Amino acid sequence: MAGQERVHTRRDDEEPGDDATPTPVAPAAQARDAEVDALLDEIDDVLESNAEQFVRGFVQKGGQ
Amino acid sequence: MTVRRVMGIETEYGILQPGRPMANPMLLSSHVVAVHAAAREGARAKARWDYDDEDPLHDARGFRLQRAAAHPSLLTDDPDRPAPSGDGPQELERPAVEEYEDPGAANVILTNGARLYVDHAHPEYSSPEVTNPLDAVRWDRAGEQVMLASVRTLMSSPALPDVTLYKNNVDGKGATYGTHENYLVDRAVPFGDLAARLIPFFVSRQVFTGAGRVGLGQRGEHAGFQLSQRADYVEAEIGLETTLRRPLVNTRDEPHADPARWRRLHVIVGDATMLEVATYLRLGTASLVLWLIERAVAEGGAGGALGAIDRLTLRDPVQATRLVSHDLTLTTRLELADGRYLTALEIQRTYLDAVRSALAHVGDPLDDQTSDVLDRWESLLDRLAVDPASCAREVEWLAKLRLLEGMRRRDHLAWDHPRLAAVDLQWSDLRPERGLYHRLVAAGAVELLVTPQEVDDAVVHPPQDTRAYFRGEAVARYGAEISAASWDSVVFDVPGAATLQRVPMRDPLRGTHAHVGALLAASPDAATLLAALGG
Repeated sequence: MAGQERVHTRRDDEEPGDDATPTPVAPAAQARDAEVDALLDEIDDVLESNAEQFVRGFVQKGGQ
Repeated sequence: MTVRRVMGIETEYGILQPGRPMANPMLLSSHVVAVHAAAREGARAKARWDYDDEDPLHDARGFRLQRAAAHPSLLTDDPDRPAPSGDGPQELERPAVEEYEDPGAANVILTNGARLYVDHAHPEYSSPEVTNPLDAVRWDRAGEQVMLASVRTLMSSPALPDVTLYKNNVDGKGATYGTHENYLVDRAVPFGDLAARLIPFFVSRQVFTGAGRVGLGQRGEHAGFQLSQRADYVEAEIGLETTLRRPLVNTRDEPHADPARWRRLHVIVGDATMLEVATYLRLGTASLVLWLIERAVAEGGAGGALGAIDRLTLRDPVQATRLVSHDLTLTTRLELADGRYLTALEIQRTYLDAVRSALAHVGDPLDDQTSDVLDRWESLLDRLAVDPASCAREVEWLAKLRLLEGMRRRDHLAWDHPRLAAVDLQWSDLRPERGLYHRLVAAGAVELLVTPQEVDDAVVHPPQDTRAYFRGEAVARYGAEISAASWDSVVFDVPGAATLQRVPMRDPLRGTHAHVGALLAASPDAATLLAALGG
């Protein structure tokens, strides 16, 4: 599953030559993580409390 | 040239009775239809579906499947056997005995021109015919509101079971149910050419049309995440079936329109999408590719822009469908019949370039929606190639994956953890207070294309620029005097008339507001309308 989390490590205000300096975590990625964490906090409140039972009980008949 | 063409979306919703996994889904589905406001008003519930012009066993390749040889779930044109899983009025004999209405074949024709009914074991909303992808989004979202209204009514009725509905396509245990796109296509295009030129498009478009799915394999037998809900259920390249051996290109040739001029392309490989941009681009890009194919035929030959498309034939399209869906990096190369290997993004880029090149050749100015679809398509292909995460506001699988990866990182979950499967399912719960997609909307994390007011209007009113206008307005104005209706007919039962009167609508672009708006406004009752139509 690795691979789809590719992120740009260069910001607009950086000089092209700055690429040589390794950046431990890209700021854009950090900002994205913070945004996702905020979303997850919201979702925790509404997610089925017994996920296993909910998933097991989600049984459908086939359609078209 | 334009993205405009007659199109529509049918959606079978997943259905549950909370806490009762063994509840009968056909019964639950019929409750969903029966509690709809239109069905509760006795008069409109009277309107049956008019099956006279239905022919689900007619194959676009030019033959008919023998009814006796058909799998029973394909028999959708006979109400006594519910599938188990511009001219003047015509006079019709009044039935001698009242026709038997099977309560399991619940069916409502809505004032917005849509059909709400039970298909197999799911409630289905078939949108009215629209002429452009943005309207397709509006009337598709209206369908969610129609379904949600039934959920609310059932929840508040102590005598009836509670029901929750999901706009998805898989249960994770092997069952799948469909979201079908329909496009009106020029009959002059030979079906074989149409199929051949569409297959690489359908295989590769998953990169921006997929709704995302937790689990790999039809029964989710392997842990993981994939782009598409439907990919693992595609088992054939071309075929008539929709309930088994599902094909990439479905050959049902039931145009619901003049068959000499039109065919209806019935696309069964798409995912139900909550994200408006995903729905918009799924229909918009398909419409453009169909234009390209129609144009080549009209101009007498492939040549030019289409040459590149004809070289995209895949060695194994069914396997390629899975490969694309299972590759979150979007870098897997698919083997082509000519020995080349291309990624799904490169195949999509070839279609985009071909459409752009053909447009430049024609040279007409583009309407706003066509330009918008082209620009968004190009932008997504550019960004998916370098930074897929940046597309999470527009592409559903990426919006879903973003939440799932966040949860995996925060809580250290493996892909087989049930909380991740629960996120996938609850994603499309139609209730805004429970559906995870709706939490993203509330947080401003997805892009919207239509306003809540536009969706509310579309729940009640039909599109103005197709025959859905006549159908919807007729139901709204003369519902008590309509005995049946279908995509291409409305049957009136006027008290005192000697016969029923059937108004055929073989042209989807007639019966519009411009065409019959004044006539309807001047007709206080059906008898006046019919006299004017017959005049």
